[in-house]
Amino acid sequence: MYDIVIIGGGVIGCAVARELKRWRLKVVLCERSDDVGTGTSKANSAIIHPGHSAKPGTVMARLNVLGNQLYDQLCQELDVPFQRCGSLTVAFAKDELPALESVYQDGLANGVPDMRRLDRDELRQREPNLNPEAMAALFAPTGAIVCPYELTAGLAENAAANGVDFRLNTTVTQVKRNARGWTVCTDQGNLDGAVVVNAAGLYADVFNNQVSSDLMRIIPRRGEYWMIDKSYAGAFRSTVFQLPGKMGKGVLVSPTVDGTIIVGPTAEDINDRDDRATTRTGLEHVYQAASRIWPALPRKALITTFAGNRAHLARHDFVVGEAPGAPGFFNAAGIESPGLTAAPAIARELAAAIASRLHATGNAEFQPRRQPVRRFRTMTMAERAAAIAENSAFGRIVCRCEQVTEAEIRDCIHRPLGARSVDGVKRRTRAGMGRCQGGFCLPRVVAILSEELGVSPLQITKSGGNSTILIKKLGELSWERQAEA
Amino acid sequence: MIASTPIDVLIIGGGPAGLAAALAAKAAGAADILILERERELGGILRQCIHTGFGLHVFKEELTGPEYAARYVAKINAQGIPAQCDTTVIDITRDRLVTCVSAAHGLEQFQAGAIVLAMGCRERPRGSLGIPGARSAGIYSAGTAQRFVNLDGYLPGRQFVILGSGDIGLIMARRLTFAGAKVEAVVELMPYSSGLKRNIVQCLDDFAIPLLLSHTVTAIHGPERLTGVTVSKVDADLHPIPGTERHFPCDTLLLSVGLIPENELSRGAGVDLDAATGGPVVDDRLQTSVPGVFACGNVLHVHDLVDHVSEEAAEAGRQAALAAASRRQAIPLPQPEPPKPMASPMPAAAAGAGAAEAAIVVRAGDGVRGIVPQRISPAALTAAPVKLMFRPTGVHKNAVLVLEADGVPVHRVKKRVLSPGEMVELTIKPDFFAAVKPVRELIVRCENA
Repeated sequence: MYDIVIIGGGVIGCAVARELKRWRLKVVLCERSDDVGTGTSKANSAIIHPGHSAKPGTVMARLNVLGNQLYDQLCQELDVPFQRCGSLTVAFAKDELPALESVYQDGLANGVPDMRRLDRDELRQREPNLNPEAMAALFAPTGAIVCPYELTAGLAENAAANGVDFRLNTTVTQVKRNARGWTVCTDQGNLDGAVVVNAAGLYADVFNNQVSSDLMRIIPRRGEYWMIDKSYAGAFRSTVFQLPGKMGKGVLVSPTVDGTIIVGPTAEDINDRDDRATTRTGLEHVYQAASRIWPALPRKALITTFAGNRAHLARHDFVVGEAPGAPGFFNAAGIESPGLTAAPAIARELAAAIASRLHATGNAEFQPRRQPVRRFRTMTMAERAAAIAENSAFGRIVCRCEQVTEAEIRDCIHRPLGARSVDGVKRRTRAGMGRCQGGFCLPRVVAILSEELGVSPLQITKSGGNSTILIKKLGELSWERQAEA
Repeated sequence: MIASTPIDVLIIGGGPAGLAAALAAKAAGAADILILERERELGGILRQCIHTGFGLHVFKEELTGPEYAARYVAKINAQGIPAQCDTTVIDITRDRLVTCVSAAHGLEQFQAGAIVLAMGCRERPRGSLGIPGARSAGIYSAGTAQRFVNLDGYLPGRQFVILGSGDIGLIMARRLTFAGAKVEAVVELMPYSSGLKRNIVQCLDDFAIPLLLSHTVTAIHGPERLTGVTVSKVDADLHPIPGTERHFPCDTLLLSVGLIPENELSRGAGVDLDAATGGPVVDDRLQTSVPGVFACGNVLHVHDLVDHVSEEAAEAGRQAALAAASRRQAIPLPQPEPPKPMASPMPAAAAGAGAAEAAIVVRAGDGVRGIVPQRISPAALTAAPVKLMFRPTGVHKNAVLVLEADGVPVHRVKKRVLSPGEMVELTIKPDFFAAVKPVRELIVRCENA
């Protein structure tokens, strides 16, 4: 019997899990894939929004602004890359000026601090690569960027270190009332809890609708992106938004904490929640729309594409709190953009409500800090020399594009809730994220995973399940001969 | 601070280019040479190229990649040229301070008299082309698959489709067939293959593997491991034609869609790059825009044959040794020239000071791209033949290559067939220019292109 069963190991589920450990509570988190942060949390714009693009008075607006404020401390505690690079919302034509003004007014109403209007010259000076047609912009210095997968892994690792049970490869099928609370049925057996937190992202409606009369329907809204090589690092200082439209905030251009540049997303409502395939038309649209911000967007420097699905609700607001008619069943549903920004605020609010409901006592042993991550690529030369002297595996660069060493890869496997797959290593260390996209490091990452996990390379997967990398050891009998034998 | 070790000629990369450069530097009298290699053994990508076809020019016999490499490694050892493997260079400065790391020696710095860039190239990944579809397991670049099979001893799939008809893809089609896998098709976007003709015959035709020209992969299926791809015909503008989709079941998609010279270190050193080749802009001595830094092999421009890499690298090594020697003796060197390539992708670096005489700029005209070298010193032009290397922009039949000096045609060569898959060499001789002196610009173009 747990106090709390959390469904979903995305940024929300992991943040809630960690936050709950500030109290003496027994927490378990179920995640259907082999790792945390493999859904919406890994495939988004990696932006911490200032909060001027949410409608005043909404839950979204409130948690956006609050979540933004919590980020500095959170990322410092978890040693996750985070930068207050500021954001610009840009008007390219006179007829966009009223819309820009209304974003500003919404920002004021939502309590976004320190915003200021920039004219053409200031804009030009700040962002020389921006389309010269840009005539005015709203600058929000609280706009920021973060690495969303490192954040989710960091939250989960810290939650696990503080005693949260993680059940990976565990798919929740049904949530049922029982005499003392809830039974969460999974394909790996049942889990009982006094409280359930529904952080199931694209599937949050499924579980909500099993217990609550307040029915909801999540619409998967696909967003496609391009990534641009870090040889263009510095092309933009701040995140650049276009003015929002009906389908969201439109295509943005933003630096990332890793020095690459991200452009996207599209916004396309689709049927299959798990369909994260990119499309020819979507990618071309992103390229064209981003060219409006960055006319010299270099096709040659594109290194990869990806797509992520946001959990959109028709009401376009976050649903955070106890579900009507389902006492002890707490939702974090409809967490589309700015969900990453709001995550710490959602976690704080839900954890406080749950602790109060369960009359929990504070946990003096809670340790908010994660063991720092030693990243070769951000070390000074002297730090590198010292690191190699201490552990020679820092002297062996496995991923040449991102300068990730063998020491970092081994470390990310050994941490609490460490990497179990090639993508798990990639999200934690950036090995394979660079311009060659794993062309050189993949065989070495497979070999290290195999060594560290004590399994055959044939069992190593890209991302769990059947996503194996290798099929057969050469020199063994052919399949046909095996069948005969 | 870390103390730097002086080295006469420092060679970055121990593949075919680095090995040949080191030997030539030694032969030219370099006092001390060091090869830095990131893998655990010398030989570079040749180590995984276990097929034959290497050495026909250099050794007049047909060798496998490892055999070809072994001959050079044996010479390196016989000459006592030191090589440090398992060592990754992480920085090169304009004044030739090289920083590298290794598990064995930690972080080290070398102050080089001359540097030979011989880092090779990397494969173009799926994402850079924006090939749409799911991000399933089972999508590899052909060279990665080659490493899995030939070095690690694992087969990465049972049933393959290969996108792109680059040489590595073609070689892998045969290799995978030998290993018991089924290669359903090789799919090429262009109406011609970018691989060598001999590889199409020996690796596809001999095994009845279809080559689908003017086709591309338009969708990738499979939630976890790949289950199949959709292949469509493309029109003259390379856009997929609706209604031509064909489904190929497969568990693996290999990509052989181009090679990119790996010049991140060069860029850090301030070396000017050529947008057409992806490699440094070099002069007839293979010196880059940074004095004392030379380039050769696939980091300079992607070659078809390793034999040509070795020949080119030997010249780079020789020139590096001479440069290092004159630096040691404080003899001022002729400096590279200020003119910029038209399409340099990177910001211009300051050119070498005190240029004695303006270099002749070599440009690609119609039907031709990626000429190396991009600069020739006037003295070199009149002293001895200079070899130009480039590729045609498409398949040209019964074409004529025209060399123009300051707008005047000075030389014409008939070519029965030119294909982007085969690099073209054009040797220019001093007597071509008897009538036009001094020359400021050379253009190579292709008539009937």
